[in-house]
Amino acid sequence: MPGLGTSFGRGGATTAQQDVANADCILIEGSSMAEAHPVGFRWVMKAKERGATIIHVDPRFSRTSALADIWVPIRAGTDIVFLGALIRHLIENDLFFREYVVYYTNASCILSDEYRDPEDNGDGYFSGWNEEKHAYEGESWLYKGGDLSRPERDLTLQDPQCVFQKLKRHFSRYTPEMAEKVCGIPPELFHKVADALVAASGPEHTAAVCYAVGWTQHSKGVQIIRAAAILQLLLGNIGRPGGGILALRGHASIQGSTDIPTLYDILPGYLTMPHKGDETLQQYLDNYTKKTGLWAHYPEYIVSTLKAYYGTHATAENDFGYGWLPKLTGNHSFFEFLYDMLDGKMEGMFLMGQNPAVGAPNSRLQRKALSKLKWLVVRDMVEIESANFWRESPEIDRGELKPENIETEVFFFPAAGHAEKEGAFTNTQRLLQWREKAIDPPGDCRSDAWFVHQLALRLIAKAKASADPIDEPLRALDWWYPEDSLGDTNMEAVLAEINGWHTLEEKENVERPTSNAQHPTEDGVVFGVDRNGEPHHGPQVNAFAELKADGSTACGCWIYSGVFGRDGVNKANLRKSRDYLGHGWGFAWPSDRRIIYNRASARPDGSPWSERKKLIWWDSEKWTGIDVPGFVKGKAPDYEPEVGAEGLDAIPGDAPFILHEDGLGWIYVPKGLRDGPFPTHYEPLESPVSNDLYSHATDPAVNWFTRNENRFAPPGDARFPFVLTTYRLTEHHTAGGMSRFLSHLAELQPEMFAEISPELASELKINKGDYICIVTLRGAIEARALVSRRIRPLRINGKRVHQAALPYHYGTAGLVCGGTANDLLTISGEPNVTIMEAKALTCNIVPGRLPHGQAFAEFLNKYAPQAGQISLHPEEPSVSTGTSGGGHASEGKE
Amino acid sequence: MIGEGTQSTNQRRHNYVQENVEVGFFTDPTVCIGCKACEVACKEWNQVPDDGFTWSGNSYDNTGHLGASTWRHVMFVEEDRQKGNQIVGSHSLGSGNGEDPFRWVFLSDVCKHCEEAGCLEACPTGAIVRTEVGSVLVQNDVCNGCGYCVVSCPFGVIDRRPEPLADAGGAFKCTFCYDRQKSGLVPACAKVCPTESIVFGRLDDLRARAAEHVQQLQQNGYRDAQLYDPQETSVRGIHAFFLILGEPEAYGLPPKPQIPTIYLKSAWTSAIATAIASIIATLVAFAFFS
Repeated sequence: MPGLGTSFGRGGATTAQQDVANADCILIEGSSMAEAHPVGFRWVMKAKERGATIIHVDPRFSRTSALADIWVPIRAGTDIVFLGALIRHLIENDLFFREYVVYYTNASCILSDEYRDPEDNGDGYFSGWNEEKHAYEGESWLYKGGDLSRPERDLTLQDPQCVFQKLKRHFSRYTPEMAEKVCGIPPELFHKVADALVAASGPEHTAAVCYAVGWTQHSKGVQIIRAAAILQLLLGNIGRPGGGILALRGHASIQGSTDIPTLYDILPGYLTMPHKGDETLQQYLDNYTKKTGLWAHYPEYIVSTLKAYYGTHATAENDFGYGWLPKLTGNHSFFEFLYDMLDGKMEGMFLMGQNPAVGAPNSRLQRKALSKLKWLVVRDMVEIESANFWRESPEIDRGELKPENIETEVFFFPAAGHAEKEGAFTNTQRLLQWREKAIDPPGDCRSDAWFVHQLALRLIAKAKASADPIDEPLRALDWWYPEDSLGDTNMEAVLAEINGWHTLEEKENVERPTSNAQHPTEDGVVFGVDRNGEPHHGPQVNAFAELKADGSTACGCWIYSGVFGRDGVNKANLRKSRDYLGHGWGFAWPSDRRIIYNRASARPDGSPWSERKKLIWWDSEKWTGIDVPGFVKGKAPDYEPEVGAEGLDAIPGDAPFILHEDGLGWIYVPKGLRDGPFPTHYEPLESPVSNDLYSHATDPAVNWFTRNENRFAPPGDARFPFVLTTYRLTEHHTAGGMSRFLSHLAELQPEMFAEISPELASELKINKGDYICIVTLRGAIEARALVSRRIRPLRINGKRVHQAALPYHYGTAGLVCGGTANDLLTISGEPNVTIMEAKALTCNIVPGRLPHGQAFAEFLNKYAPQAGQISLHPEEPSVSTGTSGGGHASEGKE
Repeated sequence: MIGEGTQSTNQRRHNYVQENVEVGFFTDPTVCIGCKACEVACKEWNQVPDDGFTWSGNSYDNTGHLGASTWRHVMFVEEDRQKGNQIVGSHSLGSGNGEDPFRWVFLSDVCKHCEEAGCLEACPTGAIVRTEVGSVLVQNDVCNGCGYCVVSCPFGVIDRRPEPLADAGGAFKCTFCYDRQKSGLVPACAKVCPTESIVFGRLDDLRARAAEHVQQLQQNGYRDAQLYDPQETSVRGIHAFFLILGEPEAYGLPPKPQIPTIYLKSAWTSAIATAIASIIATLVAFAFFS
């Protein structure tokens, strides 16, 4: 989550869902919160009951819009123009929260003379573009002098080189009229939103922003979130009750899966995965440790992580096993290895809790890639499309693939359901909630943890029997976890390791536990005995502040420290709320703080901004209040660091964003993003129009993943005149594995449909309920026409533009089946996180049914000719052959 | 109110059955988000089978109507009217002045548990009874499937379950989760409602709360908000009452629901009058011919 991470310091929602009830205005954009987060939406309704204004900005009038006070229809993929126009409105009319902006953000910081903005020549590029590498070199984006920890500042915000003046200039052309031209939002509607937000800003008021994948799944998704971060900083809404940005996560533990990542490029707690060149621990630490701010403690966090991985094998002499970590040589994201699968460079894959045959973009290509594997392990509760693609997929029906020719050996492992296993979810608000097992899973069904644990035991045994140096990391793993009668790991023991403990090396005189029967011991040891009955570790740590870089502590994920401390209480399992923020219910990282950066809830002098919005404050000796203070407890508001101070000592008493070297909220991101320090409007990779703001239409740093089967329509392609967006229904769960197979959910939305406007329906002579085909260059699917005024055409730059919206849950397996919307999408890579553009593309709509069998190819070719040039978009790097255009082959492109 | 957590009447345990307290549902579409959790929770708890995978094309409503296998039904009403002071775009091509009203209202329908229940009066076997909390309950082990109740319900709620579904033939409808209530639990639909659009509680409390709420809404711009709780007709009030926006007909609710037995008096009167008239006619005829 680099959008939030670079703006504020931490890649997570800044607030708790309950706190949304305290907002005076809520802007929901890039999310249909009522549909995808219905339980959390109760707090939006609570705010509305208390008089808050609810605004929903979305191409589709959804169930969220139905409950909003203002629905603002928008052309999919133009959010930065709308948010940019709000930013400009605040600046031009002097409506921003000046005291907050001056003291708490980097608006006053002076930039380097080298910095060039896209406004300077209107081409859409920042300074530092390297055409050859197809990437930015960000040196010119740094503050003047290059030191992020001690920026030169002008608190009057008048210096022409200060961030504020650059921001003003950057968004000067993002006028309400531009928003009308690009987004299709009339100025009077724009002003309704602007007025509501301005009314909810200042010492007495706050506004919250809620978003979900409707912002992230764009070719510039991170920058859309950045625009919201700038808006919230200008309004003074971060770190305050009823404010913040709520990143709504789409699964039960998606936040958890970035905190303890399933991503290739980070380690637990947002530590950087080592890259080629970071050969020794010292080199790595030199590259990623910051001199000032919380990240000055980087060595403590990484060494403790390595100690958790490798136990006693990690010693100061061997760099704590740092050398065993793999080093990144390029982009190893899902899309890169998908292309490797297609090209026969990858033999096998484990799929756990994922159904790419339905849920991943360009799913025709996904299914084709699966058919090229030698083996595939699928763990799921039901036989999903990714497990049965070799016999039931549309490609089999069309004769494109033949079961007898597919050599993939599919191993299907039945998975336990959520009530059949224990563990913690980390939900959308960074809250760890423990779930106990209600019942043993039936038959051979087992939890994911069981599978990984059992697989690890077998792999480690194999490695121990081998002398190959490549197996050394496996031999060194500290796989100590106690297990239950089913062979499942004791998940509380895993949580204890995640929390962190003192290692036994630390104190020789510590009482060594002899069994796991009673814990915690007097010393605070929790599950202190390993699989061989030997003492394994010492007392728990109570907080990440206790972690050391000398090997005396181990910690599985430093940000989760405190969840299972020396008192032996699993705080994720607490169930008694003490206050409206939910303290006493579960555990929110970091340190059970529910609203992060909460130093900003008080004035620079430490007193609350207002009685109505007080959260934490300085009581003349320490920070105190309703939430856990996100600040050094005894650091006075007037504290000024000495020259040369390091770590948190270098952060002044009035700088709330302590993960940043300068302690400030970053309106301008001097370092950490690959596509620019300010958000800039680029058109979606497929768009019905060209870019009205810059000569370059699309984000220059985007990865196109050009390939014959993954072609993009050029801007304004008459063959694909309609905007297409995808979304999620309340009644189904993502790729459908957990809903299409359950009768009580399947009957509620039993067939694939497409939402279109009455105007488009009449143009195309489509009646409600008719079968229609939706066609893109990647494929074609069939759907029923749901004609409703909830979708309406927009006027974009004088041209009538129709939008169509598709739910993406359907496939070929289960009780209810239907066309897979993801068949239509492109694979593309946002520059920072390599996410695809699922929410804005172009399509054609053809009335009638989709031909079955071999007639499909003829149909597709008629509406989307499959032969010819591969790169059709003028800004797409040209590729001569049909093979991978991704970055996997070009090592070290980052 | 929303967000009371365990203190909400939708969550806390109660003794209404033991204490013979009249209970009710108050359903409010101004906070309903159309999630259908009530439909699912109802079917799960009561083990009601699915009844078909048919797409309707009627907004997001693929449930259609209440019936033997649908005891909660969320209606999705799309209308060209304004909801409260809601601003819905202003982008209709050509005009662009906001005078283009549209609204989408969700309302979770359920058995009304009438004070005078047509189904109960029509049941010849005594299978339909009134419980301690005032709800109307079908005892499925007594029901013989005659179907008299089906035609006697003024709301079209109760129905016989068709083959090949489980327990086909018998008449079914909402039980008000009588089994849960006996154990002090809240009905499943209210328990899961995320925005407390369905509120369960004492009927008198709910009515007081609803009256206040409708006034508030009217002050806040919902000029067409009204309560649907027909107490002046022969059903003499309902235990599951609703707040509605606009007219009852938009939600398939009869403005003046009547139970069939009110026609008994006139039916019997005319029958007796006919009988008497024919006897007289016969006598007269005999007298005339003899």
